[in-house]
Amino acid sequence: MAEIAVSPAPDLTDVDELARIQRQNRRENLGRMWFKFSRNPLSVIGLLMVIAIILLAIFAEFVTPFPDHVRPFTDFVNAKKPPGGEYLLGTDQFGRDILSRIVFGFRFSLLMAVVVLTLVVPVGVTLGMVAGYFQGTIIDTIIMRITDIFLSVPPLILALAIASVLTPNLTNSMIAVSLMWWPWYARLVYGLSSALRTEYFVSSAETIGARTPHILFREILPNMISPIFTKMSLDVGWVIIIGSMLSFLGLGVQEPQPGLGTMVAKGSDYLPTGQWWMAIFPALAIVVVVLGFNLLGDGLRDLFSAEEV
Amino acid sequence: MSDDIILRVENLRKHFIVGRKGLIKREPVTVKAVDGVSFNVRRGETFGIVGESGSGKSTIAYITMGMYLPTSGTITFNGRDLFGQGDRRPLDLRKEVQIVFQDPGSSLNPRRTIRQILELPLSIHQPEKDRLTEIIRLLELVDLPPEFMHKYPRQLSGGERQIVAIARALATNPSLVILDEPTSALDVSVQGKVLNLLIRLQRELNLTYMFITHDLSVMRNLASRVAIMYLGRVAEVAEAVHFFESPQHPYTQMLLSSIPVLTEAEEALRPAQIRSTGEIPSPVDLPSGCSFHTRCPQVMDHCRHIDPLMVPIDVTGSDHIVRCHLFEQANGQVSS
Amino acid sequence: MVDQETPLLEIRDLSVNFRVYGGVLRVLDRINFHVLQGERVGLVGETGCGKTTTMKTILQVLPTPPAEVPQGEIWFQGQDVMTMSQRELVNMRGQGISMIFQDPTAALNPVFTVGQQLTAVIRYASPENRNLNNAQLRERALEALRQVALADPERLLDSYPIQLSGGMRQRVCIGMALSTRPGLLIADEPGTALDVTIQDQVLRLLQDLVEQQGNSFILITHTLGIVRQMTDRVYVMYAGNMVEVAPTQRLFTNPLHPYTQGLMDAVPRLTGGGISEGIPGRIPDYMNPPAGCRFSGRCPHAMPVCNREKPPVFQVQGPADESHAVACFLYDEPHKVSNYKAELQPV
Repeated sequence: MAEIAVSPAPDLTDVDELARIQRQNRRENLGRMWFKFSRNPLSVIGLLMVIAIILLAIFAEFVTPFPDHVRPFTDFVNAKKPPGGEYLLGTDQFGRDILSRIVFGFRFSLLMAVVVLTLVVPVGVTLGMVAGYFQGTIIDTIIMRITDIFLSVPPLILALAIASVLTPNLTNSMIAVSLMWWPWYARLVYGLSSALRTEYFVSSAETIGARTPHILFREILPNMISPIFTKMSLDVGWVIIIGSMLSFLGLGVQEPQPGLGTMVAKGSDYLPTGQWWMAIFPALAIVVVVLGFNLLGDGLRDLFSAEEV
Repeated sequence: MSDDIILRVENLRKHFIVGRKGLIKREPVTVKAVDGVSFNVRRGETFGIVGESGSGKSTIAYITMGMYLPTSGTITFNGRDLFGQGDRRPLDLRKEVQIVFQDPGSSLNPRRTIRQILELPLSIHQPEKDRLTEIIRLLELVDLPPEFMHKYPRQLSGGERQIVAIARALATNPSLVILDEPTSALDVSVQGKVLNLLIRLQRELNLTYMFITHDLSVMRNLASRVAIMYLGRVAEVAEAVHFFESPQHPYTQMLLSSIPVLTEAEEALRPAQIRSTGEIPSPVDLPSGCSFHTRCPQVMDHCRHIDPLMVPIDVTGSDHIVRCHLFEQANGQVSS
Repeated sequence: MVDQETPLLEIRDLSVNFRVYGGVLRVLDRINFHVLQGERVGLVGETGCGKTTTMKTILQVLPTPPAEVPQGEIWFQGQDVMTMSQRELVNMRGQGISMIFQDPTAALNPVFTVGQQLTAVIRYASPENRNLNNAQLRERALEALRQVALADPERLLDSYPIQLSGGMRQRVCIGMALSTRPGLLIADEPGTALDVTIQDQVLRLLQDLVEQQGNSFILITHTLGIVRQMTDRVYVMYAGNMVEVAPTQRLFTNPLHPYTQGLMDAVPRLTGGGISEGIPGRIPDYMNPPAGCRFSGRCPHAMPVCNREKPPVFQVQGPADESHAVACFLYDEPHKVSNYKAELQPV
């Protein structure tokens, strides 16, 4: 075998050598992935935006000028101050710093996205994967018809109904959004899984006698990671928009906690009187978060595309 | 004599329901992928199955592997019915029959390392053995260096991937290996290495091969006996050597005449008088009578209505079976 | 008939690189290639040797980046392809060059009927065709289907590709490619996706049509037998290099380059004789190709000079009208061709 006699065969009983080969493979893969991702500058911008927003949200207490403005606080002397000076983005009707509240608003938005996706993705993926693998059987029918029922309820109305039956707060709005969200993952994964089950590597595992959990989680699932991640990244933006909509309608984050949607809602009362900054800056903040995650999602899609580099 | 036979396929049928027609009666529309096929595979031989798309050659392989249940008919392996327990084939029977698929790009999971791929059959069928040692032994058996176990399939060339797929098939110590077009996705300069590896492994491990391909030139050099399939049925079965020297069935002759060849000597082997004509009919709507009558240059009137039987002929002095009315008449005998 | 004077298509010293992770893939390395008026040329090589890249470069459809063309010229009908405007390129692809692809299913749009696709191709083939009315277009489309021996062309015009068999689709593609009356027809693995008996029919049809119409014809394939059947002259490509070119008959009776010999030896024969081991090793890394001959690492006759220098093209003496050239130091006089003669007889 001339073709592989390039390097001397490493001693595989040597644990260090084994680990070295694995490290080398991993480094090589990471490098390749970054090359693919970074070919589109917009993806890198998206990634930087997302990193910045996450860092801001985590360290909100330390980076914002007025961290106590997100708790019960009033300062009517400095109310409705326009942007500039001490208050970079101005203040609201209670004299609270809008910049500080936006940064804390990121925190609530991201929290919502993380919680919702953590609840939704495992459920949706598992159900969709099982249904897809058992396509054509009763298991498929039951799971996918339930999914269809959830999909046929108008999502915002479902969320509104749930959030208004329960007490309107962040937790309940997260439950509401999660209930309307998982069927989309089930649908996506159903399609992927039913296509993958006819791949020869799945047939091969089946004929060898592998158990169903092995086939589902070891053979099929790893091949769906890419589209799932891509969808997740794009969904962060969507969840934040829905969350903001709910809080705009008064069903999400409650005062005095700063939800971006709540801030737009309250601030919009002052648009006619010329205090535009109260609504516009939180709205822009939503745009920035969603844009960042969408750009990142596009980059991930490129990254996971089959194209070899 | 019977213990000589490792795999006995008898009157195998597989009809797939592909849809239904009619508003009220909802009659099923079926594809007769395999329609009454019988043959025996002898221990230690390479039994070739040749056919074009729709011939049912891969379906036979997949049924043998237990990926589908047959509609009717039986397959016995060493005298045991492969479908005695429906699709729950016992592990000790699973380990005996393994398969190498056509496209190594699809048969190896792109997200798993070679080590993980080879570990699966070992963990199921030989849980008592040390896996790492076994993986290294398997890789050595197929002439691959042990460090390959840390690679992913895409880091290997097409030929190397197929060799890994062969190693995986051998991991359970099978006695029958089904090779489903193992080299048709490979370049010709690599094909030889894979085929020679298969030949060596067969000799060293006493394997029996069921070799499925559309490439008659490969078949000529590898198979001991060859079955030609057309639209779910066997057209001709013969010893490979006789088969190429005196093809009998008109379809076999058409197939041979269609192969692009490199030398004058090969050209001389092609039955020049029969050129390929017509389309392969859809397996959903099979022609009546002999399914080849729509393309047969020697078609007779009753070919259109009566399905021919498998007739042993005595042209070459060995087992040579043809399913064609031309030979029924000539021999004046009818076989079942 | 073949016009010996004017090359219809000529590639001079063409290189193509791909910029990828970790460096540059040198995919084509100073290749030369030409097709004469009315000539049938084969381009043979294995997966990844650069056949398809060559064709894509001719048609200027390579995505740049990642591809780049550091040097080389392409001339088609006396025009420099590299400097053509977008409009000229569109014209060249529309009426100058037609292509037939490996997979007829992918080449036809599933949502339009055969007739719609054919008439669109004919309409945009040349400026005067744009003035044809529907009846005239339909007549031209019918004519295209008749010449590829398709039964019942009237009904076929209104069928969707999915209603046709693979062989019929490829016939439609051939009819479509010829309907623009192209100067040059390129067929990229035209029979590979088809069954053996159907492939035989389609290739014979293609061969007859090319002969009748006198098109220049490039056949790209990895199947040597098909090249032998269908071409006048063959180029053998290996790892981005043209390694040998010869008249077809001559190449098959007297292959000179060790790669060509290995390739021919690797094909199993209907006459038996067992399975050859094939060519040892694998194609070189395009990122760091060998400094010398790219085949040297796998070559049974490699000499020290092969690892150092890229072999130039040596003209091999043959009958007067047959030009046989090979890029291999074995055929350089100082390296004593005669010593290798015995080993180099085709197997």
